[in-house]
Amino acid sequence: MNVPLLDRRLLLVTGKGGTGKTSVTAALALLASQRDKRVLACEVDAKGNLADFYETSRLGFGPRQVQPGLFAMSMSTEESLQEYLRLQLHLPAIARIGPLARAFDFVATAAPGVREILTVGKLAYEARERHYELVVADSSASGHVIGQLVAPRAIDELVKVGPIHDQTGWMLDVLGDPAITGLVIVTTPEEMPVNETIELVARVRNETDVDLAAIVVNRVLPELFSRADEDVFERLREPAMAAAVAGACAPGQRETDGGDPLDATASVFEAARLAVTLRRTRAGHLDRLRQAVPPEVPLLFVPYLFTRGHGLRTTAQTAEALSAELGY
Amino acid sequence: LSPARRPSARAGSFEQLLAAKEIVICCGAGGVGKTTVAAAAAAMASLSLGGSVLVLTIDPARRLADALGLEALGNNETRVSAEVLKRAGVDHPRGQLWAAMLDTKQSWDDLVRRHAPDARTAARILENPLYQNVSGRFVQSHEYIAMERLYELHQSGRYDLIVVDTPPTRNAIDFLAAPDRMADFFSSRLLRWITGPGRSRVVNLATRPFYQVADRLLGSQFLGDIAEFFLLFQTMYPGFIERATAVKRLLHDRRTTFVVVTTLEAAPVREAEFFLAALADQKFHIGALILNKVLPAYLIDPEAARVAEHLASAAAEVAAVPDLAGAGTPAGVERVLKEVGESFANFEVVAKREAELRTELATAADVVVSVPSFETDIFDVSGLLRLGRAIWGA
Repeated sequence: MNVPLLDRRLLLVTGKGGTGKTSVTAALALLASQRDKRVLACEVDAKGNLADFYETSRLGFGPRQVQPGLFAMSMSTEESLQEYLRLQLHLPAIARIGPLARAFDFVATAAPGVREILTVGKLAYEARERHYELVVADSSASGHVIGQLVAPRAIDELVKVGPIHDQTGWMLDVLGDPAITGLVIVTTPEEMPVNETIELVARVRNETDVDLAAIVVNRVLPELFSRADEDVFERLREPAMAAAVAGACAPGQRETDGGDPLDATASVFEAARLAVTLRRTRAGHLDRLRQAVPPEVPLLFVPYLFTRGHGLRTTAQTAEALSAELGY
Repeated sequence: LSPARRPSARAGSFEQLLAAKEIVICCGAGGVGKTTVAAAAAAMASLSLGGSVLVLTIDPARRLADALGLEALGNNETRVSAEVLKRAGVDHPRGQLWAAMLDTKQSWDDLVRRHAPDARTAARILENPLYQNVSGRFVQSHEYIAMERLYELHQSGRYDLIVVDTPPTRNAIDFLAAPDRMADFFSSRLLRWITGPGRSRVVNLATRPFYQVADRLLGSQFLGDIAEFFLLFQTMYPGFIERATAVKRLLHDRRTTFVVVTTLEAAPVREAEFFLAALADQKFHIGALILNKVLPAYLIDPEAARVAEHLASAAAEVAAVPDLAGAGTPAGVERVLKEVGESFANFEVVAKREAELRTELATAADVVVSVPSFETDIFDVSGLLRLGRAIWGA
C-alpha cells in the first residue's frame, strides 16, 4: 500500500537536469506548508536556485523561514561535517583545525560516498529528529542520485569499525522505510527525460532500498481539441475557410493597411497545429513511461505554465496543480 | 552544396567555424539538446565540408545511438555506413562521418594501463576497490576522462574534425577545471605527505593528530585501504601530470573552439551566460552560441496576435459567418476558434519571453545561431541533417 506522498517525512526529489526538479521541490514543500505542516526545503546543490522559487535571498546551511511554516536551506558538506563532529562525536575543537578541512577534502575526493553520506546523513538526521514534519530535498540529478542513496551502504561496507560505521545503520533504516522516505522523480514528456526516468526507476529498485513514491510529469501541454473538434479544426484550416475566418477577424482591412490578415490567420492556425503536434509527440513518450513504471507508482501531472517568468507565483501554481493531482 | 562549387563559406558563419577548427566542444546546461546539436554539426561537416569527422557523444538517446550504429557500445569509433546515409537521402557524402561514445570505466582502465610503471602495478590498481569506485562514480573523473579521451582521439591524427558533447553537469564549467583539479589532486602536498617517501610514512602518521582523528572516524583498515590506493596511484604521477597538462593545452589551442548551446529558458540561459563569461575569463575560444528549440517567429507577430485575440473574445461572432457552416456545427466551430485563439496567446507569452532572452544574448558570441523547435524528435540521420541544415543557416 502506497503511503500518501505528503504523509512521509523525507522526500528526495530527483530527475534529469532541465526537467524542473527544483520547481517541483519548491512546490511540494510549499503545498505541505499550506496544509499546515512544518516543512524544510533543502537544496543539495549549493549552487542551486531554490531561493528564486520562493523569491528570497541566498540560502545558507542554517534553515531560514521563507513562507509561513516553510523553512529553506542549502546543503554544505563541510558544515554538515562540522555539525556531525559536534553533535555526534562531540569533537568541537577538532572541527576547527585547519588541516582537517584539507584532509577532509582529500579523503572526500578519494573515498567515494563521503560527500554523499554527509548530505544524505544530514537529511536523514532531520527526518529522524522530527524538527520538521516533512523534509523535501532538491536532490542530485538522476545520474548521481543513486550514488547518494547507496552511500550509507557503501560506507558500511568500506568502513568496518568506528563511529561512522555505527552511524550508517540508522540512516539505512530511515532511507529504507517507505513510511518515512520516498523518492520523487521529475520528468517531462520528452524522449531523453523519459528514457532516463525509466532507467532510474529500474536502478532504484535494483540498487537501493528507497521507495519510489511518485513520478511528477512536468510541463504537460494542454490538449486543444477533442477528436471531433480536431476534424472541425482541419476543415477550418482549408484555404477557403481560413480566408473566411481572416475576413471575419479583420473586416475591411486591406493589405495596404500593413499586415496581411490572411497570413496572420494562417499563423494563428499554424500555432494551433504546432501545439497539437507537440502534444502528440509527447503523448507517445508518456505512454512509454506509463507502461514501464510499476502501476502502483502514481504519475502526477503538472501542466506547462505559459507564464512570463518564474517565481513564487509559478511555484504556487505548480503547488496547486500537484494538490489537485494528489486529490486534496 | 559542396564548398568546391562556392567561393567560400560565408564569413562569420557556423560553417566557416567548423571548416577552420579541429576540435569543437559543445557545452551547455542539461536538456538543451547538446548531444543532438553535436551530432548534427558533425554530420553536416562531414557531408558538406568533407574529411573525416568524428562526433564523440557522452550519453546519446538510445534511438540516436542506434541510428549512428553505436549499439555496440565501448570506446571504439564507428563509421556511419553509406547505407545509413543513403537512407537519409545522402548519396555522395564528401567526407566520412564517425561516431564514438564515451565509456568512462574503460577509458580510466586504459589510462591506468598506460601510465602504470608495469603490468603488475596496473593490475593491482585495477583491482583496488577504491579505484573501482573512483573510476565508476567519482563525478569529476567523468569530466576529466571526457577531455582525456578527446585528447587521445585528436592525437591519433585520424580525424580532421572532432565534435564533442560534454557530460551533463550542474555546472558545465566543471570539466574545464577538471585537468587542473586532477593535476592538483595528484600533486597535493597532503597526498605526498601520506604516501611518500617510503611506505612507513603511513605508520608514522599514527602519532599525528590528523591520523588519530581519522582513525577514530573511519577505522584504521579503511585508512590503510586509502593509503594503499594512493601509493599505487602515485606510481602513475609523472605520466599523469604530463597528460593532464597536455589536455589543458589542447583545450586552449587555436584549433579548438567552444560552442555554447542553450534553449531560451531562464535557467539554461543563466547557465549559458555564466559559461560564456567563464570561457572568456579563461581565454578559451568562443566559436558560437546556438539557441536551440526556438519557437517560430510568427508567434510574436502583432497582426497574428490581433487575429488570435479576436478569435478568443468573439469566437461566436466569427463562427456565425455563413462560409464556415461547412466546417462543423456553429457550437463546434466556436469552440475550436476560441481554443485556437487562446492557444496562440499562450504560446505568444512564451515566444515573447524567448525573444527577450534572445536579445540579451545577441552579442554574446560572434556567431549566434537560432535553431527552430522541431515538432518531432530527432532520432535518425535524416533528422540530424534537418537540424544540421538549420544550424548551418541554410
